[in-house]
Amino acid sequence: MMNKKALGAVAAAAILSLSACSGGASGAEAAKGEISYWLWDANQLPAYQQCATDFTKANPDITVKITQTGWDDYWSKLTNGMAAGTAPDVFTDHLSKYPDFLKTKQLVALDEQIAQDKVDLSQYNEGLADLWVGQDGKRYGLPKDWDTIALFYNQKMATEAGITPEQMGSLTWNPQDGGTYEKAIARLTVDKNGKRGDETGFDKNNVAVYGLGLPGSDAENAGQTQWSYLSATTGWTTTDKNPWGTRFNYDDKKLQDTIDWWASLAAKGYMPKLETTVGANAADNFGAGKAAINSNGSWMIGQYTGYKGIDVGIAPTPQGPEGKRASMFNGLADSVWAGTKKKDAAIKWVEYLGSAACQDVVASKAVVFPAISTSSDKAAEAFKAKNVDVSAFTQHVKDKTTFMLPITDNASKVSGIMKPAMDAVIAGKSPASSLTAANEQVNALFAK
Amino acid sequence: MTTITKQPDPGLAAGAPRKSRKRGKPSDGFRGIGDLKVALFFIAPAMVGLILFYLVPTIRGIYLSFTEYSILGDPEWIGTRNYERIAKDPLFWNALGVTTEYVIINIVLQTALALGLAILMHRVAKSTLIRGALLMPYLMANVIAALLWFWMLDYQIGIINQIIEWTGLPRVAFFGSEQWAIPTQALINTWRHMGYTALLIFAGLQAIPNSVYEAASIDGSKAVSTFWRITLPLLRPVLVLVLVVTVIGSFQVFDTVAVTTAGGPVNATRVLQFYIYQRAFNEQDFGYGSALAVILFLILAIVAFIQMKFLRGNQSDLD
Repeated sequence: MMNKKALGAVAAAAILSLSACSGGASGAEAAKGEISYWLWDANQLPAYQQCATDFTKANPDITVKITQTGWDDYWSKLTNGMAAGTAPDVFTDHLSKYPDFLKTKQLVALDEQIAQDKVDLSQYNEGLADLWVGQDGKRYGLPKDWDTIALFYNQKMATEAGITPEQMGSLTWNPQDGGTYEKAIARLTVDKNGKRGDETGFDKNNVAVYGLGLPGSDAENAGQTQWSYLSATTGWTTTDKNPWGTRFNYDDKKLQDTIDWWASLAAKGYMPKLETTVGANAADNFGAGKAAINSNGSWMIGQYTGYKGIDVGIAPTPQGPEGKRASMFNGLADSVWAGTKKKDAAIKWVEYLGSAACQDVVASKAVVFPAISTSSDKAAEAFKAKNVDVSAFTQHVKDKTTFMLPITDNASKVSGIMKPAMDAVIAGKSPASSLTAANEQVNALFAK
Repeated sequence: MTTITKQPDPGLAAGAPRKSRKRGKPSDGFRGIGDLKVALFFIAPAMVGLILFYLVPTIRGIYLSFTEYSILGDPEWIGTRNYERIAKDPLFWNALGVTTEYVIINIVLQTALALGLAILMHRVAKSTLIRGALLMPYLMANVIAALLWFWMLDYQIGIINQIIEWTGLPRVAFFGSEQWAIPTQALINTWRHMGYTALLIFAGLQAIPNSVYEAASIDGSKAVSTFWRITLPLLRPVLVLVLVVTVIGSFQVFDTVAVTTAGGPVNATRVLQFYIYQRAFNEQDFGYGSALAVILFLILAIVAFIQMKFLRGNQSDLD
């Protein structure tokens, strides 16, 4: 597949048997043997291990070998595996990444087999199944879960600050003065002398507890957990259309005002400075009582509610200038790699992962919200049984205040440009208007 | 390493195999061919390795630098377009600047400290234990050393920042602030490498014959002027070797950056090697990455050439 000419030149020397030439799978092969499956979230591993065991029970000819790799290494490992012919048969796929795989023809279209096996696409939460249809009209993934954004907050700190759960549940925000959201953040910020952020004499250079935590500028994920829940309430969208947009809107004043407001929190001492967050883990800092509010995704519920001695509340994201909330809606899916030698077995496993049988198992573990509506409800119940109220996350879906994660080509190149640009703004080095230049660079990627 | 400084007597070196050959092979006709076969047999593994892992990838890398190639799929020939884009790429020029800053800090500190250590090893610390201990940091993997310091220097939980705070000074964002990020990384690698560099210089010191020092002391030379007028000049070939090797090595700084700041904050630590990695492996632009790598290769070749030429590294003043 790759490298054939160069390999030929040293064929005499190369005694190694190179598995690089990954032949396409022949459809005639029977659905049996061991298939490999990759995922990145360690929290979900037990649930999917259970699914794999159940799947083998139902299909004794097929076994599934699951490998978990952290998000940071997952994608380069996967790409290199595709080039070297060692990628897994099936892998957990992400909306921001799969366009690149489509472009290079690394994914198997599932349409034929799922039509044959009568997979009901209407069982999934609205919109999730459509996300995995490529520009060619073919389907490259079956939805497995979804996530939305909410505010995790320290209930003890809120009580001490005189903020009630009702107030936390009805925060408002605007890019000019930050609304009651900024008031709450300021109130929850406490300096080393015990002065709060909204009191006179507050020392912004010696902060003990930050009102809002900061994991990073989040530009590489289009602000998914850190600012998109604000910018979207102003009517701003990342791209001209979604999916498959070709023009980005980081030059829009609505976005730049949002980012300027967000960056101002660090300048005011309500949020950590970006330079202090290098190497730090925002969630762990929350767990250590160093921040009162963290905005994050529903896949983090387990981690945030797992910190000992921290009483965590979950509030919905604030209402924007037009009185509406907003949350990015992201859905993962399982895809089959084009280089698989066991295509039939691989698709069978994908169908099982996308079935109620597996998604109910995932739901029962209360780690994420499965894609199937009925399984989602079961997950909410499972969370409730663990004494976690997840309505802040599900409310977005009920109220239809979600918007889709931007799906575009060149996603990794866009991240490469936007991350340093956004870092500079959050670090207070450049104003948000500097994003206009980065936006031009990004749009130039699509001009070719 | 002493072989580099001490040129073996050519007559002696050539003489030894000649003798044994006479004993082993009676016939002159087969002697040459037999030796060639044996030689090829011994050279072959290294040759295969060299061709397979150096020559072929280098040629292919140069070829790829003229293509657009996403690793998945076939490379597409685009002429010199990658190079034209690089010339106009602010991130490339930034990377060049950042890398140079790193190299200068790292080399100046490392060479000065290593020279000091080597002289201490030569004059004071004769114990093998102490000499060995100086090599300890070098035995640690780069990534481990980087992560170790990353934790110790962490803004929030790092022990060094804790100590700084106890002394009443404000905490320092060693990795997070733009002005500190590169010096911090340069210091970490200085710490890791200086023992090894000191060992190289130490070997060079031992090659300087004692008679020179004796002559100097008879002439009434003081320790300081002996160092400047005798030790340093006679050490030149070793120092050149050390400089060439360490400069090339530090131009290629990657792992420390990759496991700590990953190019940030903003672009402060986006050194050349990391930028190459980012373009090639993260953004699947292997053509562009290859072109950057070729440029780095050329830079290193020129730097090494200049160093050898102007510092006369291949000549010794001992002759």
